[in-house]
Amino acid sequence: MELIVSLGIGVLAGCGTWLVLRPRTFQVILGLSLLSYAVNLFIFIMGWVRGGAPPIVAAAASVDASRFADPLPQALVLTAIVISFATTALLLVVLLAARGLTGTDHVDGREPGE
Amino acid sequence: MSAWADHVVVAPIVLPLACGGLMLLLDERRHAAKGVIGLATIVAIGLAAAVLLAQAPVAHIYALGNWPPPFGIVLVADRLAAAMVLLGAVLAFAALAFSLARWQRAAPRFDSLVQFLLAGLNGAFLTGDLFNLFVFFELLLASSYGLALHGAGRMRVRESLHYIVINLVASLFFLVGVSLLYGVTGTLNMADIALRIPQVPAGDRVMVEIGAAVLAMAFLVKAGMWPLGFWLPSTYAAASPPAAALFTILSKVGIYAVLRLWLLLFDAGTGATLLLFGGMATVAYGMSAMLAAQDIARMAGASLLVSSGTLLAAIGAHIPAVTGAALYYLVVSTLGAAALYLLVELIERARAPGANVLAVTAEAFGEAAPEGLPQEPEGAAIPATMGVLGLAFACCALLVAGLPPMPGFLAKFALLSALLAPDPVPGTAWALLALLALSGLAATIAMARAGVRIFWAARLEPRRIHLAEMGPVAALLALCLALTAAAGPVTDYLHDTARGLHAPHGYIGKVLSR
Repeated sequence: MELIVSLGIGVLAGCGTWLVLRPRTFQVILGLSLLSYAVNLFIFIMGWVRGGAPPIVAAAASVDASRFADPLPQALVLTAIVISFATTALLLVVLLAARGLTGTDHVDGREPGE
Repeated sequence: MSAWADHVVVAPIVLPLACGGLMLLLDERRHAAKGVIGLATIVAIGLAAAVLLAQAPVAHIYALGNWPPPFGIVLVADRLAAAMVLLGAVLAFAALAFSLARWQRAAPRFDSLVQFLLAGLNGAFLTGDLFNLFVFFELLLASSYGLALHGAGRMRVRESLHYIVINLVASLFFLVGVSLLYGVTGTLNMADIALRIPQVPAGDRVMVEIGAAVLAMAFLVKAGMWPLGFWLPSTYAAASPPAAALFTILSKVGIYAVLRLWLLLFDAGTGATLLLFGGMATVAYGMSAMLAAQDIARMAGASLLVSSGTLLAAIGAHIPAVTGAALYYLVVSTLGAAALYLLVELIERARAPGANVLAVTAEAFGEAAPEGLPQEPEGAAIPATMGVLGLAFACCALLVAGLPPMPGFLAKFALLSALLAPDPVPGTAWALLALLALSGLAATIAMARAGVRIFWAARLEPRRIHLAEMGPVAALLALCLALTAAAGPVTDYLHDTARGLHAPHGYIGKVLSR
């Protein structure tokens, strides 16, 4: 299980890194999205991968911390998702503005060799 | 102390958030009202910071929602945080006052963005929680994206695109670093992490170090350390002048975070060599960038790189006296760079249009001033335009180069004398001394060359520059002169700050004993 999750994160991060280094703005945005998925998953598994463990302790239950998942990474990941969503939306607007102003979707605002 | 006085810690975050939100509801055309509200808020933040500064020996711990640390989020207003909040308020006041004459009208919602930037900035300085630091970083970055785009134009949009992408990647590094530290120590409270790191089993120790290194990447991108800082000069040069003046403190947020976390978490000085040599490489790069710069805005950006490098190298020396002097240098160089950014625009405008040998910016922006931006601000003009601008430019040049009577000289002198104090003097200290002297020389050459070209070589009838715009620049420079005069008490305070930072047990004890 841990191996699968780690491999998944690695593939996401690798693809994201490659795309971020591409010269077209849309590829860069997709790359950033993939990278942020990888990072979000990474935060998530910092609370360890465990099935069937609820993050909330019931009031009456005897508190045995090992039977519960760590709720904090889940809260952190929510915050991180919201923030990366908002900044990606902003970046999309800037991308469109740059496309409109420069007439190209190259990240440098001009085609190579121009 | 009364209950109300306790809440003064949270005021620098809540006030700008509330006022920025309020200004969104106001009609876009009510510039004067927005300006007054904005300035009043900044004054209130400044007052709160002054109160915190006066009470600084007792660091205020403010538990948000009254959740006790380490489970809840705490705000910690110690000497360093209070001083940085005050510095931010001073800069923001000058930048906003400058923008009122003209730039405020270039695009909507400028005033709110400035307030949100301040909220993020003050939060980052005050928070004692690692993830909360991330949230405040994002808040200030999101507003800075808006401010970098302020005024639009081809150049600005292109540079902002680079700026946003780089900072988004840096934020991802931040998240990875935070979660690694959390995974190993099981806490996010900075003081608690510092307590737990020595207890980490040897096998997990490497995880802590990787986490800290990844975290440092995020901060050093902001601080502009070589090779992470190539974006800085062009982004800042493309931003509108009030935004660029505000951005001078953004690069210092990176320095602040390194200073705070590194000294708190790694008492023994792990990674000092990296900071020292990275800082020295940054100074060397900034120095050559300064000599190569063709316009003054880029020169100002390069001078920011030099100051970042100097600070990082000084922090890397890991000596309290050097850190104290570096803090004085931080304050002075931030004020000087902000004054220079504001001045650049006035100089360009006084000379435009005409023989723009140095300034290719107007052409590169691809268009005239943005819609709605008045060409000529209203109000009284300053007499002897070129004379006044020249004097201000000379003051900025002295500041950047670190020559007397401006406080840059005192700062560098204090830094070097503290660096050379240990016996025997380490070889790196001599290398840093040589680099700092060289960077001062490079700054003098670059600024003198620009000054000669602008003020002596060109014979132009200058356009009128208005008092409302010159005022903030003059005020910043006067403040720098005042810092020279009051160098004694200021450096005493900053040396106390540095001693506190180098003995983190006081900080940890105060936070966790609440």
